[in-house]
Amino acid sequence: MMNKVKREIPEEVRGNNKLFAGVNTDCKVVQRAAPKVRPIKLGEEKLVASIEEVINKLNLCDNMTISFHHHFREGDYIINLVMDAIAKKGIKNLTIAPSSLTNVHAPLVHHIKTGVITNMTTSGLRGELGEAISNGVMKEPVRLRSHGGRARAIEAGDIKIDVAFLGVPSTDLYGNANGVKGKTICGSLGYAQMDAKYADQVVLLTDTILPYPNTPISIAQTDVDYIVKLDKIGDSEGIGIGATRFTTNPKELQIAELVKEVITKSVYFKNGFSFQTGTGGAALAVTRFLAEEMKNNSIKASFALGGITKPMLTLLEENLVDTILDVQDFDKEAAISLGQQERQIEISASYYADPHNKGAAVNQLDVVILSALEVDNQFNVNVMTGSDGVLRGAIGGHCDAANAKMTIISAPLVRGRIPTIVDRVNTVITPGESVDVIVTEIGIAINPKRRDLIASLSDQGIPIFTIDALQEKAYEITGTPKPIEYEDKVVALVEYRDGTLIDKVLQVKQ
Amino acid sequence: MTNLRRTMMFVPGNHPAMIRDASIYASDSIMFDLEDAVSPFEKDSARLLVYHALKMVDYGEKELIVRINSLNSGFGFDDIEAMIAADVDVIRLPKTETAKDIKDVEEVIESYERKLGREVGSTKMMAAIESAKGTLNALEIAESSKRLIGIALGAEDYVTNMKTRRYPNGNELLFARSMIIHAARSVGIMAFDTIYTDLDNEEGFKAEVELIHQLGFDGKSIINPRQIKIVNEIYRPTKKEINHALDVINAIEEANEKKSGVIALNGKMIDKPIVERAKYVLSLANHS
Repeated sequence: MMNKVKREIPEEVRGNNKLFAGVNTDCKVVQRAAPKVRPIKLGEEKLVASIEEVINKLNLCDNMTISFHHHFREGDYIINLVMDAIAKKGIKNLTIAPSSLTNVHAPLVHHIKTGVITNMTTSGLRGELGEAISNGVMKEPVRLRSHGGRARAIEAGDIKIDVAFLGVPSTDLYGNANGVKGKTICGSLGYAQMDAKYADQVVLLTDTILPYPNTPISIAQTDVDYIVKLDKIGDSEGIGIGATRFTTNPKELQIAELVKEVITKSVYFKNGFSFQTGTGGAALAVTRFLAEEMKNNSIKASFALGGITKPMLTLLEENLVDTILDVQDFDKEAAISLGQQERQIEISASYYADPHNKGAAVNQLDVVILSALEVDNQFNVNVMTGSDGVLRGAIGGHCDAANAKMTIISAPLVRGRIPTIVDRVNTVITPGESVDVIVTEIGIAINPKRRDLIASLSDQGIPIFTIDALQEKAYEITGTPKPIEYEDKVVALVEYRDGTLIDKVLQVKQ
Repeated sequence: MTNLRRTMMFVPGNHPAMIRDASIYASDSIMFDLEDAVSPFEKDSARLLVYHALKMVDYGEKELIVRINSLNSGFGFDDIEAMIAADVDVIRLPKTETAKDIKDVEEVIESYERKLGREVGSTKMMAAIESAKGTLNALEIAESSKRLIGIALGAEDYVTNMKTRRYPNGNELLFARSMIIHAARSVGIMAFDTIYTDLDNEEGFKAEVELIHQLGFDGKSIINPRQIKIVNEIYRPTKKEINHALDVINAIEEANEKKSGVIALNGKMIDKPIVERAKYVLSLANHS
């Protein structure tokens, strides 16, 4: 049976999940899960000497689910340190449930091969780890979830975390932690707040212990079981890798210029509008171009959302944006600013994007600019698998934020010899139903169901094509790509944010 | 194709991605370089690459120019044959010093036009002046062929020849620029300014474009698409200039309707140069 985006999900891997049936269909009353709590006795201390010792205290054993956050992105030391210690104890068959994984987590491949890790849910898979999983290293398929989808799954009890190992830039000895003070700051701890609230046992790992009470309190003492002091929890410079470069690439600048045109010529560009721009060279350029237009037209945004970068702070400082809702920081400057700027507010992953709470911030979003590895002529977007079918991306908040009033996907028509606009994406991450405008360097395509946008953006000097015409132009340059050859084994399942299954990823043929 | 040549974008002839992407930027013309940008070992492959790009890639309305290697380099003849076969709009000569340089290349172009069945005279030419000798001969160069659409200053070689270097204020180029613009204007062809290589110095680039705009140059050679917008903004006519140009065109149309021989606007006679200027201003306005 096909789901709404015409993808077959084999019954044997489906479990209890329903098939994706549309962006706003699976929305029923939810019973939230609650963690077990082991009360802290009077006089009990939470500081433990080492990771090894804390593993003993936790009674960590086979078949448990442990979680981590990815606020340190490419600078994270925690996951590898903890997993190595666990492996040494001989514990097997763990499910790991990090908010995401990056290139630095390649050592996990070894723990998969040795049976320490047998199940996994994450937002991102890259590098050696992505390749190994695409080549079938795991027996069970990885469950890929968006940030909002993970928050939903934790609240619904779909992800039941036994132990959360959370790296925090600073904490006091009773577990009041934040990401804005300490040696290795990462800013917002928005993803980790979910784990702290819902895990049965919470361990904080830090390299900076500050006097009680350590404020602001992003993770509260009431949720923390143990604290481990390490020499170094991560590398602050690694937070910004790949995210904060301001592009000088003329093609990216041309795309950014067109994105700016689409936004400023739309009905949404007015006082009090809200937006999310994301990371990467083109997105940062859009932020800068948008700022100029906001100044020229005396327009101020009510809020900016999502992963925060330095250019966004400039908008806040210049009073072009009233408030930043900050679930994650993508560079050191943004992380520092969170501790200083009153109008930069830390929010949790649930507040940001959970579709089954009582109202997420993405529901209030007017305009979002997202990137893509591939877009097809049904406007479906892939940000997870490369043109070779290998896992090399991250869902992040893509399908969450794509429900904004105007969702813009910016992508070059071709990358090297590979078309970006294709007739069928390898993997559907964000359904075309929630995508409104595709912006390439040669022009834009508007989803035909958005007749209002077609009417308002026509005759405005923006080159408009049909999505089929864009695809043809891409194929004219590259030729028609040969289909990727896969094995039958499902290596990953893609959950839409509401928990329904939107696509699968198959093992690539050697 | 428009009659504007504000921006002539250099694209190395050995760089497939840049050759492909050149179509997406708003330069008035593209100049594929087979000469200095390409090492001797890559001359043949670059020529083939540019040949296929000209045949296959849709560059829309842009004027397509190829800078060939000189005839005595051993590559020039093959360059001309391939580019004529690919139906190039304009062949650009490097390091032109005399009228004879132009005539020699014109002869080769004509022979290939006949051989390949292209209309004789349909391949246009332009010349780059890059030395003291070329500068002093600017007028004879400009007058040397009907195929010439314009002459250009190539400052990098010129300053070396002059035993100087490029300075931010451009004083070292003032004589050459003045010679070139005078030679072009006296013959009625276009004049193009040299490249500006310091990509990150936007202010310096703006100042140079303002200077050449003031001197009367038709446009500038550019090396990066980021420079296009800056040039076009400086060349954009003012509202007053546009309104005056519209008045001139209206006055002509009215006079034509009335079959009146003498055309005047606000008591002043309108002659041919004023009409041409008005058309140019409107063309600039339409493409800004």
